[in-house]
Amino acid sequence: MDEDAGSMERIFNNGAGAIVTKSIGLKPRKGYPNPTVIELEHGILNAIGLPNPGIENFKDEIIKLKKINIPVIGSIFGTDSEEFVTLAEKMQNYGVDALELNMSCPHAKGYGLEIGCDPDLVKEITLNVKKSTNIPVFVKISPNLANIVEIAKSAEEGNADGIVAINTLKAMKIDIEMQMPVLSNKIGGYSGNAIKPIGIRCVYEISKNIDIPVIGVGGITTGIDAIEYFMAGASSVQVGSAIYQRGLDVFKKICDEIKIWMENHRYNNISDLVGVAHK
Amino acid sequence: MNYPKVVKILETKKETLDIKTIKFEYSEDINPGQFFMIWIPNVDEIPMSVSYIGDKIKGITFKRIGDATNALFELKSGDKIGIRGPYGNGFEIHGKNILFVAGGTGIAMIAPSVEEAMKKDIKTTVLIGVKNKNELFFENRIKKYGAELLISTDDGSKGYKGVVSDLAEEIMTDNKFDQVLTCGPELMMKKLFEKSKNISFQASLERYMKCGFGICGQCCVGKGLRVCNEGPVFDGKTLEKIEDFGIFKRDASGKKVIF
Ligand SMILES: Cc1cc2nc3c(=O)[nH]c(=O)nc-3n(C[C@H](O)[C@H](O)[C@H](O)COP(=O)(O)OP(=O)(O)OC[C@H]3O[C@@H](n4cnc5c(N)ncnc54)[C@H](O)[C@@H]3O)c2cc1C
Ligand SMILES: Cc1cc2nc3c(=O)[nH]c(=O)nc-3n(C[C@H](O)[C@H](O)[C@H](O)COP(=O)(O)O)c2cc1C
Ligand code: FES
Repeated sequence: MDEDAGSMERIFNNGAGAIVTKSIGLKPRKGYPNPTVIELEHGILNAIGLPNPGIENFKDEIIKLKKINIPVIGSIFGTDSEEFVTLAEKMQNYGVDALELNMSCPHAKGYGLEIGCDPDLVKEITLNVKKSTNIPVFVKISPNLANIVEIAKSAEEGNADGIVAINTLKAMKIDIEMQMPVLSNKIGGYSGNAIKPIGIRCVYEISKNIDIPVIGVGGITTGIDAIEYFMAGASSVQVGSAIYQRGLDVFKKICDEIKIWMENHRYNNISDLVGVAHK
Repeated sequence: MNYPKVVKILETKKETLDIKTIKFEYSEDINPGQFFMIWIPNVDEIPMSVSYIGDKIKGITFKRIGDATNALFELKSGDKIGIRGPYGNGFEIHGKNILFVAGGTGIAMIAPSVEEAMKKDIKTTVLIGVKNKNELFFENRIKKYGAELLISTDDGSKGYKGVVSDLAEEIMTDNKFDQVLTCGPELMMKKLFEKSKNISFQASLERYMKCGFGICGQCCVGKGLRVCNEGPVFDGKTLEKIEDFGIFKRDASGKKVIF
């Protein structure tokens, strides 16, 4: 729900503090044929394949949002440093407040995870984007890795301002009547409730080993889930799939639930909660 | 759950050279005007309005225009497809005198609503606009429900010669309708909206769809209204605020395509 200005404005008006855009690349991309998104018992499985209108066509959407002062984090994906830098510069020129480098999409050939699994490449791309821009740069990393801490460290060495964890988990659903995978891409990324314990573990491991802030994402549905992420070491959180379970005003609901929990437990600042589980 | 249920096709019926109806068993409750996501294995998954609403048996009626609809057209009874849904809202039917305006395959979506209106004893007029008489279907079905039916063809091969929004304008000057309900090409619906002035108005929009359940953001119009979820039917007040209406849609990449 974050591909056009209208949608992003609506989500902001429903209590989100900032909006992360759909990941944008150099050229328009249709993504994979349907089926691309289905619901399973405990989460959502998608392989939309990074559809996006391309950076040039995305200009108007950002400009519209910035006219009404909505904080926007521009998510971008590319195959190499050069592409990331071009995209980052354009996004900055359009007026985004921060950048998120998607190095973790699990289902697009040549992009995302295929870059995000190489520590040297992660560092190089982050360094180059940082050199050519002057807004905060976050690196979004994947849980589909054995060396997740190493990747986070490479991003830190590349001067990233924060780590976003996690993207979706590689997964598959086979329909036993059709005897074939449901998604046209066969393999997709799993999100929603089911992946929360994995997100918590990743955020915990990463934040223990690096000094820059971690943004937690993965299965957050309630304020209680967000509190758990704060305790694991996240200093802020993102919400995606929960829009489906709880409606668009899930953002307001989660903020209210966080406030209530904090009042009941006599906390005034979220920062007092960040990483307490490490002690 | 938003997961395709695999069903066997029970029956197929050719309505015209390019239009077919497929029926299958699917026991969910449906509001007239809602749609399914139809999974055609190895090809695509596409949105289709529910054109027949039986207790157990449901149907879709579609025109072959590309890969997915061509593949669907070739399927025979006994073949398997996947069904998710129903999705969306459907028309809100009220008042004493209703005008339905269908353009092309729009009648597939409208037919069950006509049936519903007749069940409620509402005086119902249906206009169907097609390019030529060979593209006309559901004519007998609408007559059987007892609604008043008028046809327009672009080439004059049957009924009124011209576009259906012009026919509607004539009909509206001679009658007092409580509601105008429409499904068809967006430019036609936009014209109709302008002509309907103060009459309560609802139009069913089509946008590229992926999830169908409001999470992917592909189908949004205006200020983030999800056609799959808050639509596909929008009322006049809402349409006035949707800047996209009759101006542009988005392709699968999200790029704007001008109508
Ligand atoms: C809510 C809704 C209800 C519909 N009901 C009917 C109906 O009852 N009868 C009928 O004949 N048609 C209906 N359609 C249109 C139908 O979905 C398209 O004709 C079909 O998807 C075309 O697919 P294709 O592969 O054959 O053609 P393609 O060549 O792939 O596409 C042709 C055009 O169809 C549209 N289309 C393709 N894929 C999608 C998609 N995933 N979502 C939306 N549009 C798409 C696009 O505008 C595209 O330009 C409906 C569409 C929507 C959104
Ligand atoms: C339909 C869908 C589309 C997504 N698109 C993107 C994307 O373009 N870029 C990206 O970095 N992550 C994308 N994600 C991943 C989410 O941002 C998030 O990392 C993941 O879904 C886990 O969070 P959640 O459980 O709150 O959804 C997408 C997820 C879904 C379900
Ligand atoms: S099709 Fe995904 S939000 Fe409507």
